[in-house]
Amino acid sequence: MPFVEGLKCRECARPYPAEALHVCEFCFGPLEVSYDYDAIRGSISRESIAAGRQSLWRYADLLPADATAPVDLGAGMTPLVRADRLAAELGLGELWIKNDTLNPTGSFKDRVVSVALTKARELGFKVAACASTGNLANSVAAHAARAGMESYVFIPHDLEQGKVVTSAVYGGNLIAVDGNYDDVNRLCAELTSEHPTWAFVNVNVRTYYAEGSKTLAFEVAEQLGWQAPDHVVVPIASGSQLVKIAKGFRELVTVGLLDEASVRISGAQADGCSPVATAFAEGTDHIRPQKPSTIAKSLAIGNPADGFYALDTVRKSGGAIGSVTDEEIVEGIRLLARTEGIFAETAGGVTIATLAKLAASGVVRKDERVVAYVTGLGLKTIEAVSGSCGPTATIKPTMEAFNQAVEVES
Amino acid sequence: MPVTVRVPAQLRTLTGGVGEVPLDGSTVGEVLKALDAAHPGFGERLFDEAGQLRRFVNVFVADEDVRFLDGLDTAVTEGQTVSIVPAVAGG
Repeated sequence: MPFVEGLKCRECARPYPAEALHVCEFCFGPLEVSYDYDAIRGSISRESIAAGRQSLWRYADLLPADATAPVDLGAGMTPLVRADRLAAELGLGELWIKNDTLNPTGSFKDRVVSVALTKARELGFKVAACASTGNLANSVAAHAARAGMESYVFIPHDLEQGKVVTSAVYGGNLIAVDGNYDDVNRLCAELTSEHPTWAFVNVNVRTYYAEGSKTLAFEVAEQLGWQAPDHVVVPIASGSQLVKIAKGFRELVTVGLLDEASVRISGAQADGCSPVATAFAEGTDHIRPQKPSTIAKSLAIGNPADGFYALDTVRKSGGAIGSVTDEEIVEGIRLLARTEGIFAETAGGVTIATLAKLAASGVVRKDERVVAYVTGLGLKTIEAVSGSCGPTATIKPTMEAFNQAVEVES
Repeated sequence: MPVTVRVPAQLRTLTGGVGEVPLDGSTVGEVLKALDAAHPGFGERLFDEAGQLRRFVNVFVADEDVRFLDGLDTAVTEGQTVSIVPAVAGG
C-alpha cells in the first residue's frame, strides 16, 4: 500500500487517483494500480516475506491496500502439492496442484475479497456488494460479516444449493436474479452508478480486487523455493485471474525476488461457455459473447471482462486455451479426487480435464514443471458428481452380507 | 420514437450529472448519435475511428446486449431503455 502511486488506464494510460474507480472516463478501458517498483525492490526480500503472516498479506508490499488491519479470514498460503499419481495418468513429469480449495470459504475468491474489502474500508465504504456465480458470493458475505459491513450479494437464481446456503448463512442480503451471470453483472454495473456508497468488489473496486489474484503466483514461486514454474494451467471465467497470475510472476522479477520467469500460461474453459477458447482457436482478437450452458457455473461468464487480455497473455506466453465437455469436467473432478485426494468443484474439473487434453496434444510437455490451479471446493457443487458417486454397496450389518457384496483383494 | 438512455456514472459529467436522457431514434445507432448531439462528447467516448462501439463499451436494449441483437442497427421501440454500461466488470 505505501508503494501505490495511483491508478492508470491500461488502454490510454490516463492517470487517476487511488480511489473507487475501475474504468477510464475517456475510453472505458480498465484501470490498473501503479506501484513504485524501485521502492518495493528496496523494501521487500525473501526473508521479509518468510517472516510475514501465514496469509496472502505476507505480500503486502505488492498489494494495493493497507495491511495494518486487513479484512482477513486467513486467505492464502494454501498447499502446493506434488501430484505424481495424476502426472503418471496424464503422461506428465513434474506436476503440482495449487490447492486453493483450502481457503476460508473454499475458493480463491477469498484472496481478491480480502484485498477489495480492506481497500473499501480504507476508502470509507460501509456496504460490500458483488455480482457472483457463487464462490464470490460466499466470500463477500463472509468477509463483510467479519468486517461488520452490510452486504448485498447478487447471484443467478439457478445456482447450486451448496453455493446459495453458504452465502446466505452469513446473514447479509442475498438477491437471486432471474437471469444468467451476465444479466446479474449488467444489473450490478448499473446499480454501481446509482449506489456510489456501495463497494461492489468486482465493479467499482475491481481494480484493487483483481490484484489479489497475483498472490496465486507469488505463493507458487515461494513454495517452489523461489523458482517460477515452466507452465501453469488456469481456469478462465472473466479472465482476470489468469491475467493477474501472469502479472504476479512478472512483478517478482521486477522487484528482484526471481531472477527470471518465463512461464507459459494456458487457459481452461467449458465447451458450454468458451468465448475465450473459441477466439483462441479461431486466431482472432475478437471475443464473441455467448449464452452459457454448462455445469461449470462458476466459469459461466459469456461476456468476459478480461477475455481480451487473457487471450493476449496466453498467446504471448506460448500457451494455449482448451475447452472440455460437461462429461469431461465430471471425469476431471473424479480423476483429481482418485489420484490426489483433492475434491474440486466444477471449475477444478475444467482445469484438470483441460490439462489432460493439453498434455495429450503435446502443448503441456513432460519436460516442464507444471502447476495446475484448482481454485474451488467440491462440496460446493456436489450435484456435479452425485449421479456418478455413491456407496459401493448398501448392506445389512453382517459379515456375510459384506462378504457377499464386496470382493476384497487381500 | 422516444426512448430513455441510461448513462453510467463515468459519463455523467457530459450530462450535467443526469443519469437518464430521453431521446428520439429508431435504432440504437440513431439514439446514440442523438445523445452525442444533445450532449457533445459521447460520440468520441463510445465509438472508435471506424464508427464501431469501443471494445470496453456494452450497450443493452431492454436489458439485452446488442451484440446478441443487430448491434448498432438494433431497432428500438417507444418506451424502451437503452443502457450504456462499462464492459469491465464482474468475474
